[in-house]
Amino acid sequence: MVKDDLKYTETHEWIKISGKEATIGITDYAQKELGDIVFIELPEIGTELSREDVLATVEAVKAVEEIYIPISGRIIDVNSKVADTPDLLNSSPYDEGWIVKFEIMNEDEMENLLSAEDYKKLIGE
Amino acid sequence: MAKKTPFYNIHKKKNAKILPFAGYEMPIQYEKGIIHEHRKVRESVGMFDLSHMGEFIVSGKKRLAFVQKTTVNDVSELEVGQVQYTNMCYPDGGIVDDLLVYRDEDIFYLVVNASNIDKDFDWLEKNLIDDMELENVSDETALIGVQGPNSEKVVQKLVNDELSDLKYYHFIRTKIDNVPVILSRTGYTGEDGFEIYFTDLDKAESMWNKVESAGEEFDIEPIGLGARDTLRLEMKYPLYGNDIDEKTNPLEAGLRWIVKFDKDDFIGKEPLLKVKAKKIKRKLVAFIMKDKGIPRPHYEIYKHGNLIGEVRSGTISPSLNVGIGTGYVKRDFMKSGTVIDIKIRSKFLKAEIIKPPFYKNGTIKR
Repeated sequence: MVKDDLKYTETHEWIKISGKEATIGITDYAQKELGDIVFIELPEIGTELSREDVLATVEAVKAVEEIYIPISGRIIDVNSKVADTPDLLNSSPYDEGWIVKFEIMNEDEMENLLSAEDYKKLIGE
Repeated sequence: MAKKTPFYNIHKKKNAKILPFAGYEMPIQYEKGIIHEHRKVRESVGMFDLSHMGEFIVSGKKRLAFVQKTTVNDVSELEVGQVQYTNMCYPDGGIVDDLLVYRDEDIFYLVVNASNIDKDFDWLEKNLIDDMELENVSDETALIGVQGPNSEKVVQKLVNDELSDLKYYHFIRTKIDNVPVILSRTGYTGEDGFEIYFTDLDKAESMWNKVESAGEEFDIEPIGLGARDTLRLEMKYPLYGNDIDEKTNPLEAGLRWIVKFDKDDFIGKEPLLKVKAKKIKRKLVAFIMKDKGIPRPHYEIYKHGNLIGEVRSGTISPSLNVGIGTGYVKRDFMKSGTVIDIKIRSKFLKAEIIKPPFYKNGTIKR
């Protein structure tokens, strides 16, 4: 499932932008590929990250995947619920399974994001 | 092109996630996932496609001498109908593979790891002796594993033989649906379990369906390689390529119990005797995470800031819901109770060495 009102990355993150704020998570495709997600390592609030830095690490039973920040930003909120129950990333990747919110520091970098159409093509949907 | 097992179409139909493994297109997991499959085997029963495993037949007058020479355990201890876990070693004591030896009336049947079939066969061929023959029947052999506390009840429906009489690590030749099979009671999950080997590949799909129907009342499900790995690791059973390889030997791998120094010469005996005399330098230990984190192969192991070893297998234990792993550590640190640090990404996370297995409630028949 790909949601039309979101932006995407080639590394299977989704991004929801409202003004200067962005929410990020992993796509339904990504959670299916990973299988049972059992652990997530989150950044601290206030951390500043440059585009394509590691934002979080997600671990499934058999795999470890890094989540990258597609736009430079400062972390303003983390989803502590997914830290306690990482399988929310499997059961609700676009809603309850959001990972962090960040303040966008470089709006020019938004042009690197994929549209829902492009992302569908990427994953062959 | 990766090979397909005779059950490939069944896995496809069941929407398995299929990936290349050891030269085969194998199911890693099915729709409900690894944790679900793992629990299914611990709580009831699951079935595995193990057709990728390798099978060799050793026959001829000198077959016993050959198997004695090429494996570290003592095959002469086996009765007909018995199975033995063993290792093959190189002349320097490094491990070629771990394998099962089935002692039959006129042959020995060797079951080896899928990833090592060609390597093992070449190695054995190099060490052939007179008056014996070696045959690779891997491609003609299908193998279904049935594992879990309800496995006897499932398999009993398929055969007339009294399975309560079939002891752990023993096998019989029998028929299922008129197909001749080797039926053994072994397994690598910690649960009671059976293996069904057969060569009538045209009957593979119907055999699968028979087993599945027999297990219906216990909600039998197919189990992929992912859960197979978490199940074996909870028992600290070694995996070739992770826990053991040509650069490790059976003594440091914790397999001293299979090395029979009092039998006649075998390949690797001399160096292993030296290792034994000097005591091992490092040991494969089992550890459980105290801090929150999941160990993975090749992560570094530290004590007081000094590098003392390397993780070989690691995952989250679906039964214990905590990170578990195996790794080689220097001998000063191998005692159970020792607290070690596992370097996970940039952090040092605490773990404790424990006496295996991790999971102690298996229904395995000893």
